[in-house]
Amino acid sequence: MYGKGLKPLSIATVAMLAVSLSLVFFYAPLDADQGFIQKIFYVHVPLAIVALVGFIIGGIFAIAHLRTNNRKWDAYSYVSIHISVIFGVAVLITGAIWAKASWGHWWVWDEPTLVSFLIVFLLYATYYPFRYAIEDRDRQARYASVFAVTAGAFVPLNFMAVRMAQSLVHPRTFATAEGGMPGEMMLAFLCMLVAIGLLWTTLVKFELTAKSASGQVKRLRRALDAPVAGGSSRIAPEVS
Amino acid sequence: MPLPLAAPALPLDEAGKYVAGAYVVFMVLLVVYVAIMAAKLGRIERELREVAAIAEDRKAESREEVSA
Repeated sequence: MYGKGLKPLSIATVAMLAVSLSLVFFYAPLDADQGFIQKIFYVHVPLAIVALVGFIIGGIFAIAHLRTNNRKWDAYSYVSIHISVIFGVAVLITGAIWAKASWGHWWVWDEPTLVSFLIVFLLYATYYPFRYAIEDRDRQARYASVFAVTAGAFVPLNFMAVRMAQSLVHPRTFATAEGGMPGEMMLAFLCMLVAIGLLWTTLVKFELTAKSASGQVKRLRRALDAPVAGGSSRIAPEVS
Repeated sequence: MPLPLAAPALPLDEAGKYVAGAYVVFMVLLVVYVAIMAAKLGRIERELREVAAIAEDRKAESREEVSA
């Protein structure tokens, strides 16, 4: 069920990534201030946007779980957060590389954009120990959903607070008083944003399909009344 | 002096390694994730084979009981 449409989605993701990377390196002009180093922007910012949106989507799925008590939504919420945390790791590393090249420092502690993203990332890093500290699966799913809703609501609030704060060195991507990006840069950026969004969707679907298959095998084992080899996994919610 | 003003654009040979580093990090994370998923799918396939073997054994046992 979860694997339906995975193949065309994967092909679309790979094609879109190839097209976007070509636009980034062969079409988008060099930035007048930063030069070639600005090319990191095209991977760093879309990853950050998609990760933050993914956290919010995880919160929306968690609301659906709390409203319906359907475990399917808990699995969706868990997987959305899981993939967004992985993207968050990529954001922090690519951002640190860009910061080192641009500012001469791997990290700047008095910059609100950087620190706020780190806070959001660390908040979601606590999701795993919080979730797996609870043995009972129903309570685990319920408490994890409450966490996902609360943290998901924190993400846009955090984003707005950062936009209102005085930025010291971190550039603003859109709609600033100094004007936006040139058309070619914007096109490459939007294509990359779509490609990274597709990648997130593909990975979420891939993970859900794997969990569903694993859940079906466990159910089959239980139906056959055979002992489960290696015990049940506590790493992720079971998807039927 | 603000940092961006103090940091002019790097020459291509120096900037190239940072840009390559950022994109390599992205690709490596992707490849590691796909490798982990491949290992998980391998485990699911192995478990499925075991379950199929148990089901076939059960079927054979029930056939023997009927014939006895």
